[in-house]
Order: sequence, then C-alpha cells, then structure tokens
Amino acid sequence: MLLEVVELQAAYGAMRVLHGISFGLEQGSVTALLGANGAGKTTTLRALCAMARSHGAITFDGRRIERMATEDIVRLGIAHVPEGRGTFTHLTTEENLRLGGYVRKPKGQVADDMERVYGYFPRLKERRRQQAGTLSGGEQQMLALARALMLRPRLLLLDEPSFGLAPLLVQEFFHILAKINREEGVSVLLVEQNAALALEIADHAYVLEVGRIALGGAAEEVKRNEAVRASYLGS
Amino acid sequence: MEQLLSQILAGLATGGIYASVALALVMIYQATQLVNFAQGEMAMFSTYVAWAMIQAQMPYWIAFFLTVGISFVMGAAIQYFVLQRIRGQPVLALVVVFIGLLVIFNSLAGWIFTSTIQVFPSPFPAESPFGQHYISAHELGATVVTLVLITLLWAFFRFTSLGLAMRAAAQNPVSSRLVGIRVGQMLALGWGLAAAVGSVAGMMVAPIVFLDPNMMSGILLYAFAGALLGGIDSPGGAVFGGFLVGVLENLLGAFVVGNELKLVVALVVIVGVLLLRPSGIFGSVQVTRV
Amino acid sequence: MMASAPPRLLSVGMPIAVACAAPFVLSNYHIFQLTLVLVYAIALLGLNILTGYNGQISLGHGAFYAIGAYVAAVLMDRFGVPYWVTVPVAGALCLVVGFLFGLPALRLEGLYLALATFALGVAMPQLLKYKPFEPWTGGVQGIVIVKPDPPWGLPVSADQWLYYFTLAIAIAMFVLGANLLRGRIGRALVAIRDHPIAACAMGIDTARYKSLAFGISAMYTGVAGALGAIAVQFVAPDSFTILLSISLFVGIVVGGLSSIGGAFFGALFIEFVPSIADQISKSAPWAIYGVFLIGLIFLMPMGINWAIRLGWARIARSLHAAPAQSRSR
Repeated sequence: MLLEVVELQAAYGAMRVLHGISFGLEQGSVTALLGANGAGKTTTLRALCAMARSHGAITFDGRRIERMATEDIVRLGIAHVPEGRGTFTHLTTEENLRLGGYVRKPKGQVADDMERVYGYFPRLKERRRQQAGTLSGGEQQMLALARALMLRPRLLLLDEPSFGLAPLLVQEFFHILAKINREEGVSVLLVEQNAALALEIADHAYVLEVGRIALGGAAEEVKRNEAVRASYLGS
Repeated sequence: MEQLLSQILAGLATGGIYASVALALVMIYQATQLVNFAQGEMAMFSTYVAWAMIQAQMPYWIAFFLTVGISFVMGAAIQYFVLQRIRGQPVLALVVVFIGLLVIFNSLAGWIFTSTIQVFPSPFPAESPFGQHYISAHELGATVVTLVLITLLWAFFRFTSLGLAMRAAAQNPVSSRLVGIRVGQMLALGWGLAAAVGSVAGMMVAPIVFLDPNMMSGILLYAFAGALLGGIDSPGGAVFGGFLVGVLENLLGAFVVGNELKLVVALVVIVGVLLLRPSGIFGSVQVTRV
Repeated sequence: MMASAPPRLLSVGMPIAVACAAPFVLSNYHIFQLTLVLVYAIALLGLNILTGYNGQISLGHGAFYAIGAYVAAVLMDRFGVPYWVTVPVAGALCLVVGFLFGLPALRLEGLYLALATFALGVAMPQLLKYKPFEPWTGGVQGIVIVKPDPPWGLPVSADQWLYYFTLAIAIAMFVLGANLLRGRIGRALVAIRDHPIAACAMGIDTARYKSLAFGISAMYTGVAGALGAIAVQFVAPDSFTILLSISLFVGIVVGGLSSIGGAFFGALFIEFVPSIADQISKSAPWAIYGVFLIGLIFLMPMGINWAIRLGWARIARSLHAAPAQSRSR
C-alpha cells in the first residue's frame, strides 16, 4: 500500500468538509476519486499535501506525513497538479519545467528529464520559450502534468484535469496519463467530476458524498454499481 | 553643449544609484506586494557601518564587501523576524511597521554613529580618465559599479535555479510550495539581496552628498519615482526609470526649475505616474476583479 | 466587538474640568506644552478622520499643518491680521486644498496613496524654501510671530490666554468631529473604509465622501497648524519635514484609530515622549516611536483607547457579576 489514509477529517475554518474518510492506494495503480461538486474531493488532495487543515493519519510509503509541510511532502515524491493548474503564468514553458525539477538532486539529470517529458508532450517543446500564460487551456494542462513529471514522482495527484478542456484534448490527456502510469509505474490519484472518463483508466475508485466515502472498490465494480450509474454516469 | 553633456553624464551617475535603490524596491514589491518605505534608511545605516569600519583603518574594499554581507543578513533577519509575523494583515498595519523600521534605523544610526555629517571616502582615483569636464572619477566609478551590480543581479535571476525559484516564489507562492520551494526562505533571500543592493547604493552616493542620517530620504523619493515610472513590478523598468529620473532631475534642475525644486519634481513624477499610468512604462496593468 | 465606553460624564466632563483648572497650577512652560498637546489633538483628530475612519492612509499630513502655520504667520506678520482671524482662514484654505488633493487621491489606493502622501511630506520643505515665494514665506529663515496679548485686559498671562483660546477651539472642533463621526457622515466613511463596493452599491457617493474626508481632515490639521504657529511664535521650512508627518501618523496609531478620544492620548504621546526621551539622547524619541509602532502592531492592533475601552468592559462585567453571586448564596 503506497498511500494509506485513516479517518481523515478536514475543515476550512469552522466549516467541516471531510468527516473521517479512509482509503488506500496501491503502488502502480490509478485510483479515481469521484463525487459531485462540494463532496470534498479537492479538499482530500489538499489535505494530503498539507494545503488544508486536517486530522487523521496519512501514511505514504510507510511514513506518517500528516504533520509535514507541503515543501517536504513534495520532496518525498508526491506531485500535485492542483485545480486551475497552478502554472507560473509569467514564466516560460521551459522555466516552468525547470521548476518542476527544482528538488531533484542530481542537477544534470534535469536536462534529461526535460527531454523525456517533451517526448510525451511534443507540443510543449515547440512552445518552450513562450510565456506560459499565453498557452491555450489544453497546453497549460499538459504543462501542469509535465511539470509534475519533472519531479519523477512516486505519486501523482490530479485535480479535475478535464475541466474546461475540449473533448479531443481530454482524450489525448488521459491517453498520455495512462501511458505514463504503465511505462513509468507512477501511481495516480485522480479527482474527476467526469466519472465515465476517470473510470475508463482507473483500477480502483472511491465515491465521495458530502465528506464521506459512500462506495469503494475495483473500478469495474464501481462502474457497474446501480447507484453510481444513476447519479454519475447518466444512465 | 558641454554643460548639457556633463549634466546628462552626471544624471546617469546619480541615475545608477536611483536605479539600484529602485531595483531593491521592485524586488521587494514583486515578492510581497509591499513598498519598503524603510529601504533608504536601511541603506543609510549600512553605509554608516562601512564608515565605522573604514574609520577603524579597515581597507576600503574589505569594508565594502563586509558591509554588503552584513546588510544581506540584516535584510533577511528583518523579513524573518518582523515581516513574516505580520503577513496578511491590513495595509495600514504593514505601513505602520515599515514606518516603524524607517524610524528605528534612522534613530539607531544617529545614536550609534552620532548625527554629525561625515565624509565618506571614494575608492576611485581622484583623476578621471576623461578629465574633470564631463564626469568626475567617482561618478564614473559609481556608474560602473551600479551597472555591474545590476547586471549580476539580472544574470542571477535569469540563469540560476535559485534565481528562478525566487521569481517563482514571488509570483505564485502556492504553486512554488507544490514544487518544493521553501517560500519563506526565498522571501528572506529577497530581502537580504535588496538590503545588500541598498548598501551598495548608499556607499556609492555617500561620497557625493556626505554621510548623515537624513542622507537617503531624498534619494528614496527619486528611487520611488524611478520605480513607478519604469513599472513597480518590472525590474528592467525600474532600472530604466531610475536612470531616466537621474537624467531628468539633473536636466530640469540645471535648465528649468533650478536646483531647489528637484524634490518637487520627484513628487510630481510620482503623483503623475500614479494618476495617469500606475503600471509605469514597462509594468503590467493590474486588473482587479470586483 | 462590543466594548462599552466609560460613561460620557466621566470620559468628557472630567478631563475638561482638569483642563480648565490646569493653567492655574502650572508654570508657563508647562502651559505651553499643554497648548501644544491640544494643538496636536486637533491635528490628530483630523488625520484620524481620514485614516482611521475612512481608511485613506496619509503620510504627508505635515504638509497641511505647514500650510495652516504659514497662513497664520504670513497673515499676522505681513498683513497685520489679528491672530484669531487667521485660524478660521487657515481652516478654510486647508479645507479647499485638502478637498482638491482628495480628488486625484481618489485614484490611489492603500499603499500607493501612502507613497504619494509620503512624497508630499518629503518635498514640502523644499517647496517652502522656494526662492520666488520668499517675500511671503521668509525663505529658510522663516517668520517670527509676536505672541498675542490677552484681550480686554484680562488678568491672565499671554500663555494662559493662548491656552484657553486653543482649548475653546479644541472643544469646538471635537464636538463638531463627534457629531460628524457619530452621524450619517461617519457611518458612510466607515462603510467606505470596510466595504467600499457594497457602500457604492447602496448608493453612497464614495467619491464625494472620500474627497470630503480629505478636505475635513486637512481643515482640522490646518487649524492645528495655525494654532501651533501662534503658540510657538515661529515658522520655518525645516520645522515641517517628513518627520512631522510621521509624528502625526505615530500619534493616531498609538492613540487609537477610529477613536475620537484617542486623538488626545496620541497628542500626549507625541508631545511628551520627545521632551522626556530627549534627555537620554537626541535619537531616543524616534527609537521609542519605532518600537511602539512595531510593538503595537504585534500586540494591540487598535491602539491605546481601544485597550481602555476593553478594560472598562471588564470592570463593567465584574460589576454585573457580583450581585448575581450574592443572590446565589
């Protein structure tokens, strides 16, 4: 079990968002976190990175990380692609990627990593000197993922990557994501409102409702579940 | 014609000093969205520290670099111990703290070093390579030093990963944390650099205007004018603005309004820029969404 | 935050009674100092209206003080105008100048306004020394004013008379200020400070009130400047440097923003700290100001008066609690 979460509670000020959720994530798997708006999916990812106040036990690769600061959690190998992508809009594409590799120890490898990442996203290579804020929405999403990959993460946290993207771009993005998971063994925790899409590439899935886990299991089972089909898959 | 040229050159010399202080102001503004009202007093205090070392028979350049180092530490310490604690407080509280720092540095300098006007030595030879007509040796030397300083800073921010990390931390602290950047450290670094730059500016200007606790208040005003004119969030703009203000100040002072109203010129520039084009020549326009 | 204010009789009546009696037991120099305290209190109330109540930061109010002072000096010395006429004239002129300054200031927010006013404060002495103005302003040497004699042959010293004159004006200005701030205008100012967009949406003419705040604030400070000039009997450009503006700023921060009584405490602070601390070292007063400024932000965001109100609330609470205790026995 790469990531284990036990009784995670989180709040924004006085407003409690997560009421004690527990779940696990296997090494090398793609796990989807589904749910409607306001269910607490983004909060879960933020709590994992110490970007939201939380209680509960979070164990990553055998280490308890709930008391650690964001910058240190990143150094353990968790890369978070937040809602809204978090691109450094005033910096160039290439500078964004360099920042992705900021904490990597052997500095020489960063250049190699960049070539590898450009391999996944050739469009970014064309735009390497362009200011990141001028890239299209789809390209910025690619850039956000590419930057996360520069870290050579063990675990990738993705928050609503399909948001605001044209369907064709979304397909392309998820195709690349699946490839990365297969070829490099990067584990993925994927938060998505678009349940159908997420369930296609996921191995496991959890459904969050109003701050609690309503359902969890293998992706195939979740896909077949009647309640899920009714609420999230539109059938 | 000769007088015009010499006024322009002198303007570039003082402009280099304004450009340096303006650069320090912009560095802090970029990182914190705050204007460091105490920048001038910090630079003045650093210059006094250098003076004290030189009085104690230390060779000029050793005192120079030691002062730069001490100023760096001082700036980083202020960010870490004072400013870090008050992040997120309303603007008025922040202004109060800056004014507090201004006043403390000013009074500390007067108390430790006394307020009598002192002579500060220039490290450059008395004879200028071009003769005294166009530009004095010190003015030439000061221009070179400030240009070298600005170039070094530019290279640092543009080419090193630490410089990149500092730029990132200033623009987007949240995303910076997500790539592992320790934002608090970056801020302290930024403040340290700004204080160091200020100290160089102070040491370059002191031989010209003589050293006393109120030496920098006028210079701070010109630096503000330069930074605003060039763009408060654009380092290149601030440098350009600083040089422009230096030349303008000298030309207007010599040929138009007379030397007595130079500060008023700075005031007019500041108010004018803020009213007409707050983002300056090279800055980006900030749109606040309601 | 509901802290109850001490009963009006105590908080207003007592100090006024003390203020009236004071000149009879103090030396001329101390009376002079108290006169200056009153002068600063008026100026601080003015600055507080702008910065405390309306949220517009001014680091250049020394300029308005200087204008008021020079108006009084020039009128008295060059044109032979009686001293008591110069005060309202200074006030009126500063009202207009302040209002006019407030118009471009509408475009400036927070830090930028602080910056612009800071520049004004730094540049003011140079403006006052400007050669073409010298026939009126007296240039670097300034102008000396003759201390006015008590009228109608009253049996008080000139210092005592000046004190009562200033006291009367101070009381009048404070009453005016209290009425302004506790009424509709005050509420509008505070609404603009705290929720500018909502205030605008509710129909408050934000621009008019903000410029008005500038004008009224400048008027108060101009009146103070005139009174101060008459008390000190001297005006010169270097009396009105940026340090004066900073002193005024320190006064309202220490005395308490958004508090009318706080102006008085701030005035006591900026008058007496220098005269006491000066004996330690010339730089000591400013070091103390600096430490207070930073310390207050760390410890007590709203200033001394706020702390007094808080203290009074605790006393009131314990008075309410006591009868309940005796009943339960």
